[in-house]
Amino acid sequence: MSALVGYAFFGGLLAYATGAAASLITGRSARLARVLCCSFALAGALLETLSSWLALFAASDARWEIPAGVPFLVYSFRLDALSAYFNLILSLLAVAISIYSFGYLRPMDEKRTVGVFGFFYNLSLLSLTAVFTASNAFFFLIAWELMALTAYCLITFEHQHETTRQSGVLFFVMSHAGTGCLLIGFLLLNLFSGGLDFSSFSAASGKLTGVSQLAVFLLFFVGFGVKAGVIPLHIWLPEAHPAAPSNISALMSGVVIKTGIYGMARVLFEFLGVPPLWAGTVVLIVGVVSALLGVLYALMEHDLKRLLAYHSIENIGIILIGFGASLMFITLGYPRLAAIALIAGLFHTLNHAIFKCLLFLGAGSVLHATHTRNMEKLGGLIRRMPRTAFFFLIGAIAISGLPPLNGFVSEWLTYQALLAGFGTTEKLTRVLFPVAGSLLALTAALAATCFVKAFGITFLALPRSKEADDAHESGFSMVAGMGVLAAACVALGLGATWFLPVFDGITERLLGVRMSGELVAVKGLVLTSGSARGGTVSTAGIAAMFVILSALPALLWLLWGRKGHRYIEPTWDCGLPGLTAENEYTAFAFSKPLRMIFAALYQPRREIQAEYEVSPYYPTAIRFDSEIESPFEERLYAPLQKKILSIATWMRGIQAGSIHAYLAYIFITLIVLLLFGVRP
Amino acid sequence: MNVIFPALAQLLLFLIISPLVTGVIRTMKARFQTRRGPRVWQPYLDLHKLLRKGMIIPDTASWLFSVTPYVVFLTAAMVSLMIPMVATEAPLSLFGGVLAVVYLLALGRFFLALGGLDTGSSFGGLGSSREMTISAIAEPAMMVAIFTVAIAANSTNLSEVAKSAVGQSWRFLAPSQMLAFGALFIVLIAETGRIPVDNPATHLELTMIHEAMILEYSGPYLALIEWGASLKQLVLITLLVNTFFPFGLSSDWHSPGIAIGLGFYLIKVLIICCLIVLVETTNAKMRLFRVPELLAVAFILGALALISTFLF
Repeated sequence: MSALVGYAFFGGLLAYATGAAASLITGRSARLARVLCCSFALAGALLETLSSWLALFAASDARWEIPAGVPFLVYSFRLDALSAYFNLILSLLAVAISIYSFGYLRPMDEKRTVGVFGFFYNLSLLSLTAVFTASNAFFFLIAWELMALTAYCLITFEHQHETTRQSGVLFFVMSHAGTGCLLIGFLLLNLFSGGLDFSSFSAASGKLTGVSQLAVFLLFFVGFGVKAGVIPLHIWLPEAHPAAPSNISALMSGVVIKTGIYGMARVLFEFLGVPPLWAGTVVLIVGVVSALLGVLYALMEHDLKRLLAYHSIENIGIILIGFGASLMFITLGYPRLAAIALIAGLFHTLNHAIFKCLLFLGAGSVLHATHTRNMEKLGGLIRRMPRTAFFFLIGAIAISGLPPLNGFVSEWLTYQALLAGFGTTEKLTRVLFPVAGSLLALTAALAATCFVKAFGITFLALPRSKEADDAHESGFSMVAGMGVLAAACVALGLGATWFLPVFDGITERLLGVRMSGELVAVKGLVLTSGSARGGTVSTAGIAAMFVILSALPALLWLLWGRKGHRYIEPTWDCGLPGLTAENEYTAFAFSKPLRMIFAALYQPRREIQAEYEVSPYYPTAIRFDSEIESPFEERLYAPLQKKILSIATWMRGIQAGSIHAYLAYIFITLIVLLLFGVRP
Repeated sequence: MNVIFPALAQLLLFLIISPLVTGVIRTMKARFQTRRGPRVWQPYLDLHKLLRKGMIIPDTASWLFSVTPYVVFLTAAMVSLMIPMVATEAPLSLFGGVLAVVYLLALGRFFLALGGLDTGSSFGGLGSSREMTISAIAEPAMMVAIFTVAIAANSTNLSEVAKSAVGQSWRFLAPSQMLAFGALFIVLIAETGRIPVDNPATHLELTMIHEAMILEYSGPYLALIEWGASLKQLVLITLLVNTFFPFGLSSDWHSPGIAIGLGFYLIKVLIICCLIVLVETTNAKMRLFRVPELLAVAFILGALALISTFLF
């Protein structure tokens, strides 16, 4: 069994590597390169899925060490439950994205760049697998950097556009600021553990106290938080994700930001020892703020992919609410509750990966067919692209947390954990839990509003432009890629109770409890909040009741409705000559009430210029401009950027451009380092 | 115990009583305004008429337009089985507690809003936008109030909530319960589209919310949506009366207890109807952008309820 895990794992890595090399070599024949790139990635992803699934239920961790021949660095892979779970998320998505890419990359056949794309795509899958499975700090950082580099190359793949290049640079800078924090964090951990292997960190976790715990927490929370896109470290995310080709956006929002979540799970639950109460509180509050602000900014977006990118921030927030609550429960001494909250967060990680990937692939199909991401130019696509529309709708229902799909299950578990949290302490801190719960409810309701807008404006009613009118359904592979993910949304929703044993290995390792038995009741049909008395829900039951209750409308139809006819007639147009797309509500108008209600946050500015000849009441042309404030960019990052630039200008003084000066610097540095070394 | 009989009985009761509640509120409102008003069973006649008629489907609409009435009706019907009505044990409480109730109603609303956008008319979009906005800002107030109740009962399962309340019938006099009741009552007004938030009787484009969304529906589809809306209204009223005033709730589904339970239940619902009518006749409809203030009041009431749980 464990041999099979190894074969599948390294077979998968080999397939990714071969795919990278093969697409680069065959780059001249774009068609071949495209097929090779996608097939090898698909094969690798399938093998990795197999290996992670087996490793999740294995009795002992699978680990392999390959010495690198360099001090400190060991290529050590470890598939413990947590790594296997995240690798499973990655490889499941990689399967769907690779299937989708067969068709999505087809227009690139003429441009001959697909070979390069395939190289970076396969390499990024390889590096992501390494990030999730590395168990040596140095190796982890190398994989982490490789991931950032390949992601940068993929984001800026359409580098002809100025904005894409800028987004790429922003991603690169932010990513490295985060990596800097990680580097210091690992060195700090090394001080206490004496080793660089992850197992030595967890063995030494008890030694961290007071200030060192604070430092480790802050460094890793910021470092991983940048990658996860928590507010206020998120500014790169809504720029970089939409700029990338859509299959890469799906990979970025589905998996790459989850590396931050993986890192947090690893460090906060394993290396930090018993976390102080403020650590959990900080994570919880940051989660709530990210969730709420993420969805509020998403509501103001009319660019389909930017809207989805902001929703990633929201969902990362929801995941962190689970993590934060879990950390607080550990401190307060409730490992079972901590396990429920952790399961809620981890389950939402998978769920978000799946439906966000689905939505980005759907947006990619729309972009593919209409060449625009601007929702105000779309509409009516449900008739022209029926399958894409259907799958996008499933994703929209799932991300809005509506039953019976998967998003509902993980949000339900989060609510239950928060509610139970009220009883865990006598201090005023306990009010935090229900307040967080009610803000989570606000977030979920706003997300539903946002997806009514996203789906309704994009897919329903009349097309708002010629491009949307001429749209066509995507090819088989693209539809199939989305279909796989939509099926996963339904399966994870209805079959949530059967999926829960997956988390047993993780919670046992991190918290010492197995929860799947207690979270499930009535032969696996009903999900409970730890005890049947506390609260139950059954998504499968709800789905079954939908079917059973459909007898009611059928009965009504039999009794009454048979005589009535259906007439297809034009929509009521108030007696004006015909309804056109101009009569439709726009995305901008749809979000108007919320823009007014949350005006204090958005600070909307608008400008109307009307041209007229006779009287202002009969304008010949109207120009309308509106923009909302982006406080983080303007208030936080702009001053920071200014400061950094002024320091850089000052630093330029020592960069004389003379090689002698540089040699002198190196000499001085060496002497200083030697003095450090000599000092006992 | 067998679950099929209670489920069928409760479903039937909900289906039959819900249009009557709408009728009673309408008639009572008319009397309060010294009009004669329609007969109390007018909603039944309306449903009967609508179900017999043919229907007009807008040519811009897709399959979603036709699916929406079913989703709205089915979610409301399902939710009605998850809350205790005449007995403490709700037939389907195992399938979902108060969170499932809120989210299933949200599912119905999600589809209704899409159905409004699907017609391509400005009215539909206007209604969808306003409905989703108002329900979104009503959500935190609702949840805080519900959490207060759930924390007191230590469960989100509504049958458990009712059971824990039965023993202490005068608990509603506790400040936290009264504040939570106030919050939920405001949410009830907002969610059922009543004055001062929305006016169920208006068809003026500037003021309508719910009606704007369903403007293009006709015939049996409209009947399903109207019935669904009545069901939802009764569900929310039931939620309110049975969590805060669990008087007369039968402990099982046997005949004498059920009859008494039904009697008490009808009286309690009637009282809430009176309250709604009182609010509707003594208030004018608010401007749309004043509604958030009202809901903020509800949220503050809910938060105070929560904090007073902590204090007392």
